[in-house]
Amino acid sequence: MIAATVNLELIKENYLKALGKTQRQIVVCAGTACVANGSLKVFEAVKEQVEKKDLDVSVKLESDKDADVVMAKTGCRGFCQVGPLVTVRPQEYHYVRVKPEDAAEIVESSVADDKPVERLLYSDPATGNTCRTTKDIPFYTRQNRTVLDECGKIDACNIEEYISHNGYFAARKAFTEMQPQQICDQVLESGLRGRGGGGFPTGKKWALTLPQPGEKKYVICNGDEGDPGAFMDRSLMEGNPHRVLEGMMIAARAIGADEAYVYVRAEYPLAVSRVSEAVRDAEQLGILGEDVFGTGSSLKIKVLEGAGAFVCGEETALIASIEGRRGMPNPKPPFPAQSGLWGRPTCINNVETLATVPLIIQHGAEYFKSMGTENSAGTKTFALTGHVANTGLIEVPFGLTLREIVFGIGGGVTDDDGSILKDGFKAVQCGGPSGGCLTEEHLDLPIDYDNLRNIGAMVGSGGLVVMNRKTCMVQIAHFFMQFTQNESCGKCVPCREGTKQMLRLLEDIIEGRAALETIDLLERVASAVSKGSLCGLGKTAPNPVLTTLKYFRDEYIAHVVHGKCPAGQCKAYAMPEIDPEKCIGCGLCKKKCPVDAIEGEKKQPHVIDQDKCIKCGACAEACKFNAVIGM
Amino acid sequence: MSCEACKKQKFEKVCRILEEHQADKSNLIPILHAVQREYRYLPEEILTYIATSLNMPPAKVYGVASFYAHFALEPKGKYVIHICDGTACHVKGSIAILEAMQQKLGLDKEKCTTDDQLFTVETVSCLGACGMAPVITINEDVHGLVTPEKAENLIEEILEKEKA
Repeated sequence: MIAATVNLELIKENYLKALGKTQRQIVVCAGTACVANGSLKVFEAVKEQVEKKDLDVSVKLESDKDADVVMAKTGCRGFCQVGPLVTVRPQEYHYVRVKPEDAAEIVESSVADDKPVERLLYSDPATGNTCRTTKDIPFYTRQNRTVLDECGKIDACNIEEYISHNGYFAARKAFTEMQPQQICDQVLESGLRGRGGGGFPTGKKWALTLPQPGEKKYVICNGDEGDPGAFMDRSLMEGNPHRVLEGMMIAARAIGADEAYVYVRAEYPLAVSRVSEAVRDAEQLGILGEDVFGTGSSLKIKVLEGAGAFVCGEETALIASIEGRRGMPNPKPPFPAQSGLWGRPTCINNVETLATVPLIIQHGAEYFKSMGTENSAGTKTFALTGHVANTGLIEVPFGLTLREIVFGIGGGVTDDDGSILKDGFKAVQCGGPSGGCLTEEHLDLPIDYDNLRNIGAMVGSGGLVVMNRKTCMVQIAHFFMQFTQNESCGKCVPCREGTKQMLRLLEDIIEGRAALETIDLLERVASAVSKGSLCGLGKTAPNPVLTTLKYFRDEYIAHVVHGKCPAGQCKAYAMPEIDPEKCIGCGLCKKKCPVDAIEGEKKQPHVIDQDKCIKCGACAEACKFNAVIGM
Repeated sequence: MSCEACKKQKFEKVCRILEEHQADKSNLIPILHAVQREYRYLPEEILTYIATSLNMPPAKVYGVASFYAHFALEPKGKYVIHICDGTACHVKGSIAILEAMQQKLGLDKEKCTTDDQLFTVETVSCLGACGMAPVITINEDVHGLVTPEKAENLIEEILEKEKA
């Protein structure tokens, strides 16, 4: 190609032409969960079988090469519960729980012949229906995948395939047909709010950065997803890295930046390598670098690895980390838009926010506004996990209810062994350590930024952890407190000392040393930490405690007043007893007891001496007849 | 003499890493990443060397290295086992897995690495594979839906492999 600028139409056309010549595409999910379940071995096995058939197989469709069968590894397709996932196109047969042993049958039946392998198709447990394609699976049909749409469909590492899905067309439009102010206006008009948690209007953030004086400005993509229970940024960076880069290009054009950083968590090695590869490919094709789309503007994107500090999700802390310092936050103002990286105006957006932007530029603000609610436009990805039948990554429009998510898409609440529990729902923890626990009474509440904030929770990064009745809410509060206390950077006293004291108080409750006053004290410290902390980490750290206190106060009171853990999880409140009906006197528990607290004759029901018992649970574990109760 | 040679080799590696990052202060974190990839931890003398080369006070470099969870100041085992203790894994019983592994390897809260430097067992806040909770990683390999028994078997497998 002699033309100085990249010809997206030509690349798209050639790619689609090549795709038209291939008879079959076999797509194997290579998201983290599927890989953990052996999807790479499945990929190799299928490839081997295709080659055995003497078919010409290519592992990457290139517009200038022909192949009978094209195989691709994609990013996460969301339905992690039933991985590894394999799709055969063009029929779109969607196979679940595929093992390397199944490769021969897949190739024999759906590649050489045209029939699906029935036993590998997903069967809906509710109706018993066999689902041939994702269009039949309730987990997918109830979603509205727009940002995640290509994630899991396309080969994450093939820039041509991304372009064939109209990739980089929006970036080109932003650079060649739109003025920076126009882009800011359109994004503001669309109602897009930051997907990282805070929910600040993205267009406003850009519009604040645009008029700042100075030649040099920066765009930062915040891929430091540290929230326990959330993995949407990971999936986007692994599954469709070009989409994230395209969003960054549009942001750079909107604020007038010529340098950008992607800050990725070190715990996500696959994301680091895929994003880096995407940057290299885009540079090679002339999309990134000097003279972007022939406009004379240049843009350089660098990928940086984080080093494991939750607080770096906070804008000013992240900037400190990129500058090579400890990731500690600074008071605002000045905001990064005024003085950010190296003191220059900087715009920081979350991965999901940036991946949403190309949609808005491509289809317009109205299209985006048509989804979601009045104050929360568009769709949101959630990581649905915990005690729920279908775990995975989902994308739904704002305004959907928790009930629809947990029971409709998630398929209901499960017991510890994975079986469906009727009436087993206890709570959903929404928004990670900054969020809160929601109860049954919130199940019909339409989810959006404001509704969640009004009840003390938060959209946060979008983690939804479902909990069944066997979960102790005090322990959940303790779990999050432990996390934020560990992750507090220590710069300001309310967060550093306050979270520590809150943790101690929660420990007192869990370990049976607390009184009713402990709960009041806990509440007072929580409100002080929330008011006095410097950054978002400390300000929101008490949320899980405050919401559990609000909605599950009975459970706290049961611990401190009645000396009981209603969920039966806190060891200190356990009262192990032996059910004389079930005990056959085998003596196994007596043998296992480390403190000789169990007495009894052979073949006679045994008894636990409560004074000696240390409630370690060894007896309950040893008993084959479930005769030890109250643990 | 051989000690001198290995010392020289050690600093050559660091020099190369520093060079790759233009010996620029702002690249301190990528430099530490690269050094850790080389040694599996950040040896004290290397940290001092880096500080001198970047014209920074050693305390600053130490401050950064100790701030981030990913950087290790003590040598780690050949097999680093990360047990995910994110919310999803936690509610599905990650602590039982941790306890089972610690018991099997004679480790505890204070002691994370076995005496033979074969295993290091640590928890991490979230590995982002919540759909497969509970999850552990052994070096780069991710294992999902882990139970205490499965975790013990994984250790057995490694021990067998090491013996062979």
